[in-house]
Amino acid sequence: MSVVVFAESWNGTFKKGTFEILTYAHDVAKKMDTKCVAITIGEISDDVKVLANYGADKVVSIPNQFDACDNKGLSSALAQIADSEGANIVILSNTNTGKTIGPRVAVKMDASFISNTVDVPSESSPLLVKKKSFSGKAFEMAQSHADKTVIALSPNAYNIMQNNNDSCDFATIDCQVENTNVSSINVEKASGKISLAEAEIVISAGRGLKGPDNWGMIEELADLLSAGTACSKPVSDIGWRPHSEHVGQTGKAIAPNLYIAVGISGAIQHLAGVNSSKVMVAINTDPEAPFFKAADYGIVGDAFEVVPRLIEEIKQFKSSN
Amino acid sequence: MNILVCISNVPDTTSKIEFTSDSTSFLTNGVQFIINPYDEFGLTKAIKLREQHGGKVTVVNFGESTSEPTLRKALAIGADEAIRIDGAPTDSFLVAKELSKVISENNFDLIILGRESIDYNGGAVPAMIAELLDLPFVNACTGLTIEGTEAKMEREIEGGKEFVSSSLPLVIGGQKGLVEESDLLIPNMRGIMTARTKPLAVVECSSSSGKSSSVSFEKPAAKQACKMVEAGQEKELVTLLHKEAKVI
Ligand SMILES: Cc1cc2nc3c(=O)[nH]c(=O)nc-3n(C[C@H](O)[C@H](O)[C@H](O)COP(=O)(O)OP(=O)(O)OC[C@H]3O[C@@H](n4cnc5c(N)ncnc54)[C@H](O)[C@@H]3O)c2cc1C
Ligand SMILES: Cc1cc2nc3c(=O)[nH]c(=O)nc-3n(C[C@H](O)[C@H](O)[C@H](O)COP(=O)(O)OP(=O)(O)OC[C@H]3O[C@@H](n4cnc5c(N)ncnc54)[C@H](O)[C@@H]3O)c2cc1C
Repeated sequence: MSVVVFAESWNGTFKKGTFEILTYAHDVAKKMDTKCVAITIGEISDDVKVLANYGADKVVSIPNQFDACDNKGLSSALAQIADSEGANIVILSNTNTGKTIGPRVAVKMDASFISNTVDVPSESSPLLVKKKSFSGKAFEMAQSHADKTVIALSPNAYNIMQNNNDSCDFATIDCQVENTNVSSINVEKASGKISLAEAEIVISAGRGLKGPDNWGMIEELADLLSAGTACSKPVSDIGWRPHSEHVGQTGKAIAPNLYIAVGISGAIQHLAGVNSSKVMVAINTDPEAPFFKAADYGIVGDAFEVVPRLIEEIKQFKSSN
Repeated sequence: MNILVCISNVPDTTSKIEFTSDSTSFLTNGVQFIINPYDEFGLTKAIKLREQHGGKVTVVNFGESTSEPTLRKALAIGADEAIRIDGAPTDSFLVAKELSKVISENNFDLIILGRESIDYNGGAVPAMIAELLDLPFVNACTGLTIEGTEAKMEREIEGGKEFVSSSLPLVIGGQKGLVEESDLLIPNMRGIMTARTKPLAVVECSSSSGKSSSVSFEKPAAKQACKMVEAGQEKELVTLLHKEAKVI
């Protein structure tokens, strides 16, 4: 028995989400009274020893290099090591990558696949775990009917904790994997922006901003707070902002610590994708805007006056803290 | 080109989600069902590809007879024929297995699914099908062009975009970008009339159990009333976010 966790990296560095799922995997392993094995894939420029600080009992590094699109290769490498480590639970982050390879790993291992989980399993046999469902409108207890389960943890659902392990083992294993059937032509990186899925603070704006030229203040506020930027669906549909920023039921579902919604009415489909945020702030000229029913803090006012003042106050706050 | 579009039958996005009093199942009473929004992009894309390359668009749903209006709507939008696998789709693996059976019994060049079903949000069926049938798979696909037996695609990745290519047949998990929102086809009167006479085959479900099940449901805890801050008092908001909410 063991809990295997995929320590995802991007351009050789571990993602924040990796430490989150590692903390989670450590807690699951502790609960199951078994060991936690972290797997890295590809060239890692970070020191893999850092994984032991978050509770890994063993780290297996697979040096094989895979393109992002090579879900066949990635999943077969992961499943091979998971099997050889006797995994009965495999944990990934519920990101694009997690959802692309997790289900494949599950099929290979004859395991069930449960995504969007928000807590450690409450029972281990049969495994029972809480997950988000209906696009954030509900939670569900999902039960696994297989001996093995692949779990994809919802990003920002679990607190990162250090669990230093001085006796962690390290191994490197070359995997034999079949050739991919999808080829990468090239990758276009979004310029140094904070990824929405992992952002702790998100500044989002809607049609209330009137036009694409008015986003300067949103970006300035986001920069000040090291936040990601998002938008409502119509804003991305009309092309004021890129589709990748569209959040909601039919866009990205996010769960930052702080979500600031500027000039967004708060339609049910919008809220579905953001209401897992820990704290929400609404800024809107209309006191009847539905967002105020969902928000924790609100300001009724014109975004073009409120946001610049907020920027000044944040600057002051930052200089005195 | 022979294209299959897999369609999940989901509650309308405006639906209030309610559960039975014992919290064990989703209450469908009074809920309007629609084509899963991600699958709408796939369906329009399939119809556009048929216009360019000729061929046929088939839609499939694994569900009970209550999902037939959704399939008829897909026919009204422009699909040529529909298949309903008769059964209760209680888990991703079961759905993937049943869809894979239909796929392996036919010759589809392209199998289009959505990135995610907006009801149970598994996000698992497309990748499982690719694994079960050992077909190339491109997830979070935001652009697709076909030249001969080769497909070129754009996909969203964390931190950017990846441009990829693959041979057909191919499985994709699609989303907005495959076509734009403004290009989405909607049924017209003629479409609705002809949809009634287009073939809708019902096939039996071959397996009965999945690998997981939804045991119980709960709704998120009700939010406390929103604390209002006067416009002009942004300093107070910053203090609240720092001292009370502790998020900055
Ligand atoms: C199938 C379906 C799926 C959908 N999925 C999504 C989704 O995933 N995500 C999503 O966001 N939407 C989604 N929608 C759309 C949703 O229903 C709303 O139409 C949309 O969220 C509204 O966007 P908005 O709040 O930016 O614009 P509006 O509703 O037009 O709201 C603009 C707001 O700005 C305020 N305002 C105006 N001027 C100012 C100012 N100067 N300062 C401050 N405030 C101002 C107004 O009072 C208003 O509340 C979906 C709809 C459907 C039918
Ligand atoms: C009344 C009712 C009750 C249901 N109860 C449950 C339940 O308790 N638990 C549960 O997990 N599911 C249930 N479902 C099924 C649900 O609608 C999905 O079919 C199922 O969840 C698919 O798994 P997923 O969430 O991983 O799909 P995803 O992997 O998120 O879906 C991705 C894509 O797969 C395709 N797809 C998904 N489902 C189907 C399908 N049924 N037919 C054709 N294509 C499909 C679509 O293209 C979709 O965009 C129920 C459905 C109905 C109508």
